[in-house]
Amino acid sequence: MSNIPSDLKYATSHEWVRNEGDGTVTIGITEHAQGLLGDMVFVELPEVGDKVTTGDDIAVAESVKAASDIYAPVSGEVVAINEDLEDSPELVNSDAFGDGWMFKIKLDDAGELENLLNAEGYKNSIDED
Amino acid sequence: MTHKTVLHAKHLESNAKMVNFYGWEMPINYGSQIEEHHAVRKNAGMFDVSHMTIVDVQGADAKSFLRRLVINDVAKLTVSGKALYTGMLNHEGGVIDDLIIYFFTDTNYRLVVNSATREKDLAWLAEQSKGLDLTISERPQYGMIAVQGPEARAKVATLLTDEQQACVEGMKPFFGVQVGDLFIATTGYTGEDGYEIIVPEDAAADFWQKLLEAGVVPCGLGARDTLRLEAGMNLYGLDMDESVSPLAANMAWTIAWEPQDRNFIGREALTVQKAAGDQPKLVGLVLKEKGVLRAGLKVIIGEGEGKGEGIITSGTFSPTLGHSIAMARVPRSVKIGDTVEVEMRKKLVAVQVTKASFVRNGKKVF
Repeated sequence: MSNIPSDLKYATSHEWVRNEGDGTVTIGITEHAQGLLGDMVFVELPEVGDKVTTGDDIAVAESVKAASDIYAPVSGEVVAINEDLEDSPELVNSDAFGDGWMFKIKLDDAGELENLLNAEGYKNSIDED
Repeated sequence: MTHKTVLHAKHLESNAKMVNFYGWEMPINYGSQIEEHHAVRKNAGMFDVSHMTIVDVQGADAKSFLRRLVINDVAKLTVSGKALYTGMLNHEGGVIDDLIIYFFTDTNYRLVVNSATREKDLAWLAEQSKGLDLTISERPQYGMIAVQGPEARAKVATLLTDEQQACVEGMKPFFGVQVGDLFIATTGYTGEDGYEIIVPEDAAADFWQKLLEAGVVPCGLGARDTLRLEAGMNLYGLDMDESVSPLAANMAWTIAWEPQDRNFIGREALTVQKAAGDQPKLVGLVLKEKGVLRAGLKVIIGEGEGKGEGIITSGTFSPTLGHSIAMARVPRSVKIGDTVEVEMRKKLVAVQVTKASFVRNGKKVF
């Protein structure tokens, strides 16, 4: 069973969300998701400054196996992207919850975080898959 | 109910991720298929190919049967152990399967065919050999291990007796020899040097373990696919099938047209196709930008009047080259060096047309 840190929030589409406590969140894909996709070969990220709405497809994780859309789990403005993924997409495989982070969003509405799953909720959602 | 090879437990010991491959539970990778790929290009890797089907054809009519069955001519084989890559066709000229035939004597041949096509292959062999003086024997009681890479032969040598090593030392590509319990062939599906080794079932796990201890990296079906695609080798079911002519699948080189009186199955259909010159062809595609070309994507050639279409039959990310490559079936008018477009994720992307061969012996070849 893959690791699901309890201090993060999750979307059923396999994104994780870390509340940085300053009105921004950091977002990536879960260890479970990278395991399903296999070796990552390209990650296409949004641009800093992009305004995104919950549910928009704003990034693509392309593995040897498939291209998979990454959805904005919350609405807001992209304030940072992980440029290391340009040359080292495998960070998503080796450290999905750490160095493999994808982008940061400045929240429009912090209340939106309440709509996301906690670790247990996410675990149940992938057990149903 | 899935089949398991004799090496199944060894895969689990190495933390393989197992998948169902046409009814066989096989390793897709042991962690990272890209690392496994590099191991084969730079050092030595091994694949469990025990799921493949070994069929021995023996008897007085074996030679004449095979001369009719396949598009290449087994009469070319005169040195014991020599192997031949070829295809067997239906009467309409479509490819039933591709296979390797080893020659021992005019009355003794070994065929290795795909596992995914096992049942229809065996049925076709039985039907076409009716009334002939020969036996067709499947040999499921063996494991088969492909050891591939620049260091593959040296690593295998550490497992062989002096006598066995003397038999395979300096063996040319596409030969096979029985040495003691092992049948060792200089064939493979990666574009690297190495062996495919047929080993008795009860000795297979021990042989695999000794290869592991010699530093050979276990590799799954994922790496096997990226390696064969870089090498420009067809995969049955993707790059050709019963609806596809060998002329449209880069297999023209495996057809022996001479002697003209050899009446192989499919010859009539192929002769008509060849005269018409209207079969599409299989080419390579290279994408240098981000993105991965994938099987089934549409290829668009030219504009207006001369506009044509093709389709990607196999596509992947090439770990050796660091960008995507593919094989595509396109109209015959497409030339090597042309730029064509592929529809990817709702966008048209320009790609280069190359020969369908990308990497051999660790080096780029286009």
